[in-house]
Amino acid sequence: MDKFRMMFQFLQSNQESFMNGICGIMALASAQLYSAFEFSCPCIPEYNYAYGIGLLVIPPIWFFLLGFVLNNNVSMLAEEWKRPTGERVKDPTILRYMFISITQRSLIAPMVWISVTLMDGKSFLCAFSVNLDIRQFGNSTLIEGMTEVEIVKVLAKIPCKNIFDQPELVSREAASRYIKCISQAFGWVFLLMMTFAAFMIRAIRPCFTQAAFLKTKYWSHYVDIERKLFDETCKEHAKTFAKVCIQQYFESISGDMSSFHKHRSSKDDSDDDDDDDKKKSDEDKLLGIRDQDDMNKVLWNWHTCKPPLALRKEQPDGESHEGLIPNGDVHGVSGGPNGYANGHTPDLPKREWAVYYSKV
Amino acid sequence: MDRLKLVLQYFQSNSESISNGICIVLALISVKLYTSFDFNCPCIPQYNKLYALGVMFVPPLIFFFLGILVNRHTGVMMEEWLRPIGKRSKNPAIVKYMFSAMMQRALLAPMVWILVTLLDGKIFICAFSMSVDPNLVHYNILTWTQTQTLVLMAKVPCKEDMIFRNSTFRKAVSRYVRCYSQAIGWSILLFFILLGALGRLIKPCFDDHATNLQTRYWSNYLDIEQKLFDETCVLHCRDFARKCVVQFFEGMREDTVLRLPLSPEVRYRGEEDMVDQEEERLHGITKQEQMDQLLQTWFQCKPELDKSCSSEYLNMLGFRLASFA
Repeated sequence: MDKFRMMFQFLQSNQESFMNGICGIMALASAQLYSAFEFSCPCIPEYNYAYGIGLLVIPPIWFFLLGFVLNNNVSMLAEEWKRPTGERVKDPTILRYMFISITQRSLIAPMVWISVTLMDGKSFLCAFSVNLDIRQFGNSTLIEGMTEVEIVKVLAKIPCKNIFDQPELVSREAASRYIKCISQAFGWVFLLMMTFAAFMIRAIRPCFTQAAFLKTKYWSHYVDIERKLFDETCKEHAKTFAKVCIQQYFESISGDMSSFHKHRSSKDDSDDDDDDDKKKSDEDKLLGIRDQDDMNKVLWNWHTCKPPLALRKEQPDGESHEGLIPNGDVHGVSGGPNGYANGHTPDLPKREWAVYYSKV
Repeated sequence: MDRLKLVLQYFQSNSESISNGICIVLALISVKLYTSFDFNCPCIPQYNKLYALGVMFVPPLIFFFLGILVNRHTGVMMEEWLRPIGKRSKNPAIVKYMFSAMMQRALLAPMVWILVTLLDGKIFICAFSMSVDPNLVHYNILTWTQTQTLVLMAKVPCKEDMIFRNSTFRKAVSRYVRCYSQAIGWSILLFFILLGALGRLIKPCFDDHATNLQTRYWSNYLDIEQKLFDETCVLHCRDFARKCVVQFFEGMREDTVLRLPLSPEVRYRGEEDMVDQEEERLHGITKQEQMDQLLQTWFQCKPELDKSCSSEYLNMLGFRLASFA
């Protein structure tokens, strides 16, 4: 039990740490992308602002959407949102919780890009160099003679070291230092605000909704696991279905059905005990779904009419509860699959089983 | 693989060491962030101080909030503080202990940032170069006005300016301010180390050791209890989902099968064990309303600690368990 617990803990933490890992990788990717990207300000008055601000704002939007794309839980959220109510009531708080946690993870990479851009300062410099007050940094005697347009052109060239050609007019270093310092101040304030917001959400939330929070956390985790288990069960079923189908096909061709049944009906311990067990477990894995229409019905109803969250009780020792019973040998003594009751409503035959079983 | 298991086990067993590890990682991140940050003093009289002091104090604030955020014990402490009393009385000493432990851990990274800043000196130079009297460094600028002096001194942190082609003055001022900065840094470090040492040595004289042990035990207990509750919920969730899916499949059957039950010996042994185990893990909670009620009660009305159980154990250790309160 301890080993199981440890493995499960590891897997569980692995699942969450997998999502956090993706989050972290995207954040690193965004920082790396920024440093690898060759920022080249156009240094033309009309385009500086668009380029600078565009580079500050558009990659974060792209990373945010990428975060949604890479997150597996998005399709789960959409499915839970869109499904018909069926037998299971929909809880909007769960949808909200799932959406919020997906959004939180997706916001990290954009935040990293914006902070790195602001701390570096190049995009601010490019965008706002034309708004500088040239008198603060320039040689006022030389500036007097210049028109507005010329001044703006000179200012626009400040971000470009290589093409700035009037050092005696404006001190380029002083101006870029000034703008960079404002950009860094914005960057730190932005980081502080984000951290404070996260702090308020994580640390102060328990003041308000702890009990409800436990509930929504449990049920959203449940929805996730249920979906995974359904996919697993379907895969297992498909495998077993295929196996049994192929077996039956071969047997029907070889005409060996009778000997097969003689084998199965013998209840003594024989060398075919293993075979028996295997065939039994195949039958178990089929979970009673043995033809295409049934399987289609399963898959259709899974979305249109999800089952209620209330398990039926299982009492294999023979009390009259409705429920599943560990499968016995299906083909039994009667031989052949055609001797079964058909067309009754699902409830009635189940009760019959229970009664029959308790008599034995 | 065994080594990995051992390491994992060590970390899983001791949540305190996880918190310490995270704390140290945050401190290292703060150092790395400082070295990679491109400090850019504006060298303008009105903005120098603002910028420099901002860079000195805003990141520590960010690291402080981060330190509280990433600490698992924050959640445990908040929950213990805010829960209704229910069947379990509340002990404020435990909340206080957890709060002080959390604060100590959260304050490490900010302190590291401030110390590194002071020992490096760039920020101090940027902030306080204007306050230096040029005559102190034996530079004769009597002919300059007050404003001009200020502007000049404000430019000291920036090496590139042409004004400092003759740069012995700049270097002298920088060195002077840096020396102040390092002195302050070392004093602060010494002060905190002394405080820590004194605290460690003198605290036992004032504290009731037994109560201390109890407080530590129960705060550790709360942490482990919450972890185990989360684990149990996860396991339950998985089994609930599996059963739900299986029953759904079986509910969809068109044909009904008359099953002839076999005598018990031939039943598949392994499956029975699995079914039993699953039943055990479900703990009888098989409906949505039951689960909701369970989770609501967990917060609103935590179960009482079985005193007979724990007092026996602690008596064994020679301690008297007075009460949880």
